[in-house]
Amino acid sequence: MLQRLLLIAGGMYLLGATCWVVWSARVHDSGQAVSLLNAACDPTRELWREINSRFTEHLLRERGETVKIRQSHGGSSSQARAVIDGLDADVVTLALWSDTEAIHQKGLIDEGWEERLPNRSLPFVSTIVFVVRKGNPLQIADWPDLVREGVRVITPNPKTSGNGKWSLLAAYGSVLLRGGSSAEADAFLERLFAGVPVLDTSARAATMTFSQKRIGDVHLTWENEAYLEVAEAKGALEIVRPPISVLAEPHVAVVSANTRRRGTVHVADAYMRYLYGEEAQEIIARNYYRPTSPEAWAKYENFFGELELFPVSRLAPGAIDSAEVWRELGNRFFAEGALFDRIYLKLHGGVKVP
Amino acid sequence: MSRIARRVLPGFRLSLGYTVFYLSLLVLIPLVACFLKAAELSWAEFLQAAWSARARSAYWLTFECALVAALVNLVLGLVVAWALVRYQFPFKTMIDALVDVPLALPTAVTGLVYASLYVQDGWLGQFLVPLGLEAAYTKLGIVLVLIFTGFPFVVRAVQPVLAELNIEEEEAAAVMGGSRWQTFRWVIFPNLFPALLAGFTLAFARGVGEYGSVVFISSNMPFKTEIAPVLIVSRLEEFAYREAAAVAVVMLGFSFLLLTLISLVERWSKNHEE
Repeated sequence: MLQRLLLIAGGMYLLGATCWVVWSARVHDSGQAVSLLNAACDPTRELWREINSRFTEHLLRERGETVKIRQSHGGSSSQARAVIDGLDADVVTLALWSDTEAIHQKGLIDEGWEERLPNRSLPFVSTIVFVVRKGNPLQIADWPDLVREGVRVITPNPKTSGNGKWSLLAAYGSVLLRGGSSAEADAFLERLFAGVPVLDTSARAATMTFSQKRIGDVHLTWENEAYLEVAEAKGALEIVRPPISVLAEPHVAVVSANTRRRGTVHVADAYMRYLYGEEAQEIIARNYYRPTSPEAWAKYENFFGELELFPVSRLAPGAIDSAEVWRELGNRFFAEGALFDRIYLKLHGGVKVP
Repeated sequence: MSRIARRVLPGFRLSLGYTVFYLSLLVLIPLVACFLKAAELSWAEFLQAAWSARARSAYWLTFECALVAALVNLVLGLVVAWALVRYQFPFKTMIDALVDVPLALPTAVTGLVYASLYVQDGWLGQFLVPLGLEAAYTKLGIVLVLIFTGFPFVVRAVQPVLAELNIEEEEAAAVMGGSRWQTFRWVIFPNLFPALLAGFTLAFARGVGEYGSVVFISSNMPFKTEIAPVLIVSRLEEFAYREAAAVAVVMLGFSFLLLTLISLVERWSKNHEE
C-alpha cells in the first residue's frame, strides 16, 4: 500500500515537474492587448517611465488603442547583445550608434535605419559633464584639471559601458579639438585613466561608487545622470560643465524583424514618432536630456547653458558616414589591443604573472 | 515488510537514465556549445584571445583568490561546525540557520554591502583604512566576498560527519594516554578529512565562478583586479562571443584540472588510511 502510494506520489511529482517546465517555457501571448518592449540603456529609466505612461494615454486618446509598454534596462552593449540573442524587443534606445548598428548587422533592423526617423533617429541628444563634491574643493573647471596630480576620476569601463565610451571620447576630443596632436590626446587619456581608481561596469554602478561610497573627486557622467545624482545627494554634490564636451547621440530604432513577427509595426512606429512631438520633447527636456525639436530647444536652451558640443565625426575626419566613423573609433580606442587596452598594459602590465 | 525480499533496490536503469538525461541537458550540452563556440577560432586567434597577458593575470587572480578564500573557509568552517555540533549555547538554532544565508543572498548585494562597509567612509573602513587595510576595490576585497559566498559549504559538509563521530573513540584515545593534539590528529581528523576536502572543493569551485559580488567590490582594473569572469563579460560586450568562449574554455580546463587533483588527493588519503 505504502509502496503504491509512494509510486503514485513520485509519478505525480515527475508529471507535475514536466508540466511546469513546459508551461513556463511556453511563449505567453495574452492576445488582446498590444504590448511593446523597449530595450533601453542603463541611465534612461526615469525618462522612459514617464514617456511610456504618457504615450499610453496619448494612443488611447488619439486612436482608442491600448498598448502596454514594457521596459528593459542594462548596459547599452549588453542590451544589444540580448536583442541579437533573441530578446523580443520592438524598439531599442541605446547609448551608442555601434550597438544599434550591431543589431542591424544581424538583419533585425532594416537597412537605412538612421534615416528612417527624423533628425537621424535622434529625438534627443546629451553630453558628458563633471560632477564634483560640494564647493568644488579641487577647483575643477576644465578637462586639463582632471589630470592634475592627485585628482581621482570616476567613470565606468569604456569596454562595457556607453557612458564610459562617451567619457573617453569627450576627453580625447577636448585635447584634439583645441589644437592638440593625437599623440598629446593619447597621452592625456593615459594620465586620465592613471587617476581612475575603479572601473565599474555600468553607468549606474559608477554613480553609486561616486555618490554613495564617496570614492573619487570627479565623476564623468551623462548630463541627465549628473542632474539626478546631484538632486539625490541633497547638496553634497554639484555639476561642473567643462567648456567643451562630446555630443552624445543615443539613437532610437525599431527592431523591424521583431515588430513584423509580433504584428506591432504600427504601434512601434507611432511610439517612435511620438518622441518628436511637443509633449514628449517637454518630458525629455524635463528629464535633462537635450530635446532636438527646434521649438523645445529654443525653450530650454538657457537651462542647459553654454557648452560647446562636438560630434564624434570630428575625431575621425576621414570617415564619410557613421559606419566609418564608428569603425575607426572602435579600432582606435575600444577594440582588443587598441588604445584603451594599451593604456592599461602600460599602467599595470608590468605586474608579474607567475 | 518487503525489505528482505528486495535487497537490491529496483530502478537502476530508470535512475541512470534520468541521471544521464539531466546531466546532458543541464550540464553537458551547454558545455559542449561553449567548446564549439571557442573552436570556431583558429589556434592563433584562440591563443591571442585566451592567453594574452591580460587574460593570464585574470586567471591567476581568479584562482589565487578562490584558493585563498577556500583555505580560509576550511579553518573557519571547521571551527564553526565544531562549535555548532559539540556545544550548546543560546541562539544556537538561529546561528545555525545564519550559516546558509550567504547561499540565499543575491551575490550583487554581498558585493555592494562589503564595498560600502570597507570604503574609507564606511562603517569598518573608517577604522581599517587609516591602518593601511584597504579592502574595497582591492584583492583583499575579492577574497573577503569569496570567503562569504563559500563559507556555508565547508560548514555543511563537515557538520553531519562531526555529529556522527563516536565520542567513545575520543575517550578511548584519552584513556590510552593520547594527548589532546594526538586525539585530534589521529582520531578525529582522519574521519573529517574527506568532508573537509569536499567542502573545500565546493567553496573553491564556487569562488572560481563567482561574478556578481566580485564585480562590485573589485576595481576591475585589467592586470590588477580583473577576474576572469569579468574579462569574459567585457569580451561579450564587444560582441566577441568566440573570444569570450575561449577564455571560458581555459577557465574550465584549469578548474577541471584542479578538481581532478583534489579528487586524487581524496582517493590517495582513503587508500593510505587502510
